[in-house]
Amino acid sequence: MAEHIIELQDVTKYYDDNLVIDHVNLYVNKGEFITFLGPSGCGKTTTLRMIAGFDLPTSGKILLNGKDISLLPPNKRPVNTVFQRYALFPHLNVFENVAFGLKCKRVMNTYRNDEGKEYTKKERLSKKEIAGKVQRALELVDLEGFEKRSISTLSGGQQQRVAIARAIVNEPEILLLDEPLGALDLKMRKEMQIELKEMHKRLGITFIYVTHDQEEALTMSDTIVVMADGIVQQIGTPTDVYNEPANTFVADFIGESNIFNGTVVGDRKVRFCGKIFDCVDDFERNEPVDVVVRPEDVIMCAPEQGALKGTVISVVFKGIHYEITVQVGKYEVVVQSTESRKEGDVIGLNIEPDEIHLMKPKYTTNIFDGVITKHNTVEFADGEFECDVTQLYPGSHIDDEEYLVTASGEKLDLTGTEVRVEVGLTDIEISDDQNAGGTVGNIISIIYKGDHYRLIVRTNGEDEEDFVFATDDLWNENDLVSVIIPKDKIKLSLKHAEDKKK
Amino acid sequence: MRLRFSRKTLGIPYAVFLLFFVIIPMLVILFYAFTDNEMHLSFENFIRFFSDPTKLSTIVYSLVIALITTAVCLLIAYPVAYILARSKMKKKFVILLLFVTPMWINFVLRVNAIRELLSWIGLLGEANYFNTIFGMVYDFLPFMILPLYTTLLKIDESLYEASADLGGNAFTTFTRITLPLSMPGIASGITMVFLPSMTNYVVSDMLGNSMVTIIGKFIYEYFGTNWHMGSMVALILLIVVFLSTWLTGGFKEENTVRGANI
Repeated sequence: MAEHIIELQDVTKYYDDNLVIDHVNLYVNKGEFITFLGPSGCGKTTTLRMIAGFDLPTSGKILLNGKDISLLPPNKRPVNTVFQRYALFPHLNVFENVAFGLKCKRVMNTYRNDEGKEYTKKERLSKKEIAGKVQRALELVDLEGFEKRSISTLSGGQQQRVAIARAIVNEPEILLLDEPLGALDLKMRKEMQIELKEMHKRLGITFIYVTHDQEEALTMSDTIVVMADGIVQQIGTPTDVYNEPANTFVADFIGESNIFNGTVVGDRKVRFCGKIFDCVDDFERNEPVDVVVRPEDVIMCAPEQGALKGTVISVVFKGIHYEITVQVGKYEVVVQSTESRKEGDVIGLNIEPDEIHLMKPKYTTNIFDGVITKHNTVEFADGEFECDVTQLYPGSHIDDEEYLVTASGEKLDLTGTEVRVEVGLTDIEISDDQNAGGTVGNIISIIYKGDHYRLIVRTNGEDEEDFVFATDDLWNENDLVSVIIPKDKIKLSLKHAEDKKK
Repeated sequence: MRLRFSRKTLGIPYAVFLLFFVIIPMLVILFYAFTDNEMHLSFENFIRFFSDPTKLSTIVYSLVIALITTAVCLLIAYPVAYILARSKMKKKFVILLLFVTPMWINFVLRVNAIRELLSWIGLLGEANYFNTIFGMVYDFLPFMILPLYTTLLKIDESLYEASADLGGNAFTTFTRITLPLSMPGIASGITMVFLPSMTNYVVSDMLGNSMVTIIGKFIYEYFGTNWHMGSMVALILLIVVFLSTWLTGGFKEENTVRGANI
């Protein structure tokens, strides 16, 4: 079994009151190239910064070779970082930048004194040693002869190389790279990807790489850690993560996907797009599932031979393949193929059982903690909504003075009552008009599911609650919207048996 | 007719201003410094200045007072500026403002207040040099804090992190990253404190109980009696100032840009 060089045990991190890393557990094998992949704000950089020592975990442990280093300052850790915007020292030249770490270093040298006794002394590296190491590091990044150059005269790519040389010259056990190629143009980025991969092979040290670019992650990594919302979504090899995404987020974030709502109808049989398909995943009968099919796994055929039949509504040439969108009933299916079709063509579509990936849906309903106000409305998720409080007590009604009268005639003042609020995935609407609904928030996620979109709206206030729901309309990510829930769709239940009585 | 202004025509008022308020007065000083009462060319003032021990000791005293004032200001201002620039406090500008507000109160009033304070604790007339330096530090501290704060604020946080990442402890990071990168702020702070503390005789008069004479006072007094000698002293001061600015690197293009934006 491979040695774990880094292990995160139940690591949680709060910035002020914001939860950015939520109970993360993962380990890194010695010598591997591991990538933390996720959209911005997913916690990947924070995880890296905690390994480097710039941020300390709020709780949990970080182990290096089995030793707890959670609270060790960065200068005491055998790791070095290549920073996002390089963070080169502007007042030092290339040589001085690369030599910085070596000049800070103290090594133990063993000597023999006159009486023949051995003793060790902590010493700086000699000037000659430093010069030699710097030169080798600069050779490794192809920057020989640049020693005297000032940082400001270097191009972005050269600065990038200096940053890498400055880190690897210290021979760290782990090299941390925080979106190191983010500032480079596409061609340069591709070249550096290959070079970094080469360097990893040659140096044989562990690389921990952070990126939001899924292609970069797939190309370079031995292992990918997909993160979102401070939670590890999936850990696996690039092939695993691509072919067997753990959930719809991973499927949607890595590569293109067709995502449908489906129902398991029998032993390894699933119904979606109005048809029943064989599949290989085992789920309970009648269980609602998310169905993921990669566009390249949808096979086009003659209309009568296909499990699905539909009309081509768009054809886009993408260089090595065509992206063909097919309308099947009310669903849209995206197909990637080297063959082209014409718009308006009626074609058949087939999907092999092992290319149909079933996943447990992450969201089945929205649940919030709420409080009843004196107007018999309910406050939750940074807002206030009208609701029917009589559902809390069967047979009750509201009297003229806004008190609740139970079936047995008891008069109750519900103000301040804590309740559990449940709202179904199809019972939420959103609007541009920020006064139209009970609360406002930003759209943080949009996933297309063949015939509708699944949106997540996160409220702007302190609660930062998420509303998950389906809608037919296309919105844009980050749109500020208000959330509308019809009065009769808010299901309330009491949180405590004890109630305030008048 | 449409009025058109080229850059050249827009520059005329400034050229006129520079001519009448900078160049001509300088020439006048130069003229008076090297002439005698009959307006004949003479180096007598120059020789008299450097052969008179009281005049020489005054300029040495002024230099010493200015140096001590600048050093004390730097020692007080650097930690303040550093802490404020690096703190993540949301309301830190309020604290900065508190340090800077005295600048907005009338100068004479401030010096008077210090004089009252010193006389109340019984120091007035007892420790003239201490009082003078105390007053100058109090008056010129904001001029040191502001340029230091702005340069320190501009140092990217990731540079500190990079230094720590490469094995630098707090001391190494300070001496090898923070200090060299804040040199422009130090230079402009020194320029802004050193010069006034050589010439601002209001402070030395009022707090030094008229027992401390600095070079500014000298010039003022000579212009009451002997314009020629006054001009010579002014010229010598100008050269001292020029030299000290040049020594602190205040003439570098980059420095004026970085230090001056307060």
